[in-house]
Amino acid sequence: MTTSTVQPATVRPTAARPTAARPAAADEDARSRFYRVAAELLDEDPRIAVVLADIGADRFARSARAHPDRVVNVGIREQLLVGVTSGLALAGMRPLAHTFGSFLVERPFEQIKLDLNHQGLGAVLVSALGSYDWPAGGRTHMSPGDVALLDTLPDWTVHVPGHPDEAELLLRHAAAGEGLVYLRLSAQTNSTAQPVAPGRFLTVRQGTAESGTVVLAVGPMLDNVLAATDNLDVTVLYAATVRPFDGAALRAGTAGAGVADVVLVEPYLAGTSVPFAAEALADRPHRLLGLGVPRAELRRYGTMEEHIEAHGLDPASLRARISGWL
Amino acid sequence: MTVAEASDQAQSDALGYADLTRLMSLMTGDEKHTAAATSTLDALWVLYDRVLRVSPQTADHPDRDRFLLSKGHGPMAYYAVLAAKGFLDPAVLPGFGGYDSPLGHHPDRLLVPGVEIGSGSLGHGLPIAVGTALGLRARQRIRPDGSRPAVWVLIGDAELDEGSNHEAIAFAGAAGVEELRAVVIDNQSATHGWPGGIESRFRAAGWTAETVYGRDHGALLRAYRGGRPGSPHAVIAVVEPKD
Repeated sequence: MTTSTVQPATVRPTAARPTAARPAAADEDARSRFYRVAAELLDEDPRIAVVLADIGADRFARSARAHPDRVVNVGIREQLLVGVTSGLALAGMRPLAHTFGSFLVERPFEQIKLDLNHQGLGAVLVSALGSYDWPAGGRTHMSPGDVALLDTLPDWTVHVPGHPDEAELLLRHAAAGEGLVYLRLSAQTNSTAQPVAPGRFLTVRQGTAESGTVVLAVGPMLDNVLAATDNLDVTVLYAATVRPFDGAALRAGTAGAGVADVVLVEPYLAGTSVPFAAEALADRPHRLLGLGVPRAELRRYGTMEEHIEAHGLDPASLRARISGWL
Repeated sequence: MTVAEASDQAQSDALGYADLTRLMSLMTGDEKHTAAATSTLDALWVLYDRVLRVSPQTADHPDRDRFLLSKGHGPMAYYAVLAAKGFLDPAVLPGFGGYDSPLGHHPDRLLVPGVEIGSGSLGHGLPIAVGTALGLRARQRIRPDGSRPAVWVLIGDAELDEGSNHEAIAFAGAAGVEELRAVVIDNQSATHGWPGGIESRFRAAGWTAETVYGRDHGALLRAYRGGRPGSPHAVIAVVEPKD
């Protein structure tokens, strides 16, 4: 990797697209909220340690002076980032490890598998940039496969908050817990925070019982899904925690129909949660449509909004794809 | 019971160096072991017999010394030493590698008492050891006698090929992780070798380092007790070349 503490400058909303997903102001996005709340957690809880690989290190400068033993910047060494996280957990700490998703999950994946899962340890991994937050940076800083990769391992709780307030709630919940948690932060955000409870899908819009159609919006997809399904007879569920997958909520949402129709809209690799939805509906007739970031590399720069459109995740594209499928 | 008291008590009940060959033969059915199988035997024995402040009674004590076997393949010598020191019932040794056995051809920390990490894939132990040392420091673990728990990790010279180890060596030297102690078993099995010597790699990164003959218990003990405050310490234990 060659980029250090880059601040994406391409995530601001454009006035021309009022219905598109609206990123928060640069100083209020989920990533900035993480830096602020993690610093507070370091002050509040002596078990908390923050492990960095240069990314975000300047944002923890005060914390590093106040807690020199609990803010560890290993330099640009992502295998060591995860190994050190493992060792801190072995010593009884609650480590929060942070860098961009590409370098946190994809590059040191065997370390995640062996140093965390296989050792039977807990830790909180907090990523930034997501799938398309900084398209001008190119493929190197995109990680649409991160959740699918973690799905090859057991016991991960995966939070995909759609608003900085949700990110703070889920971060505090993860820091106070014991298990393996992946907190996936994006610059894309919904206009308002939802009253999320970790692990539960929320019913944001209720369709009629006969419809039996559920559109599940994951994290920052919610605003676009709500706009796309306006006046459609569907139930919209919202997931800020996507693992464990709340299959009971999906079953309840589709209970009234002979055939359950389920659309999953995720801000990472399309279809990532399809196996989990299929498992929840295994004993009843169902159809599944997984929408998200395609497997093929787009190989374009530009803005986040342009990539959301290119992936068909803007409101107009979503409406066409969902109503066409129904 | 403190770590030191429990260690003393355990020593009196335990088996000795002369028992290790028999214990290993319970796993392999072989009375004569190849150099590869025993490359770690003397380095492990001196550590467990004379250096590590840990015993079966203190295997979960927060102030115990940690030993992380990163070179997790060919762990018969390790299991034999653990059995001799009472961490492990010798009765489980004959099941080595079996479906119902806790003893795999790579150790699993969740299955074997006294084993700190599951290992076998190369290049994981040293980075984990760095984090463990930092974690013990952050938790301010200091024993009644004023000493701090040490974190020992054993790696092989070919394992040193893994880049993750170089991430850990560079960082630990720069950060002065003085509780960290690495033992490198050098049986000259690295494909491209280490021109200039393994010791020089550690020294260049700010470690103290010493090379000794890995069958000489006195030399091993002196090297284990070496080092200086403020630096991690490496002992390179040279044994017969891998055949």
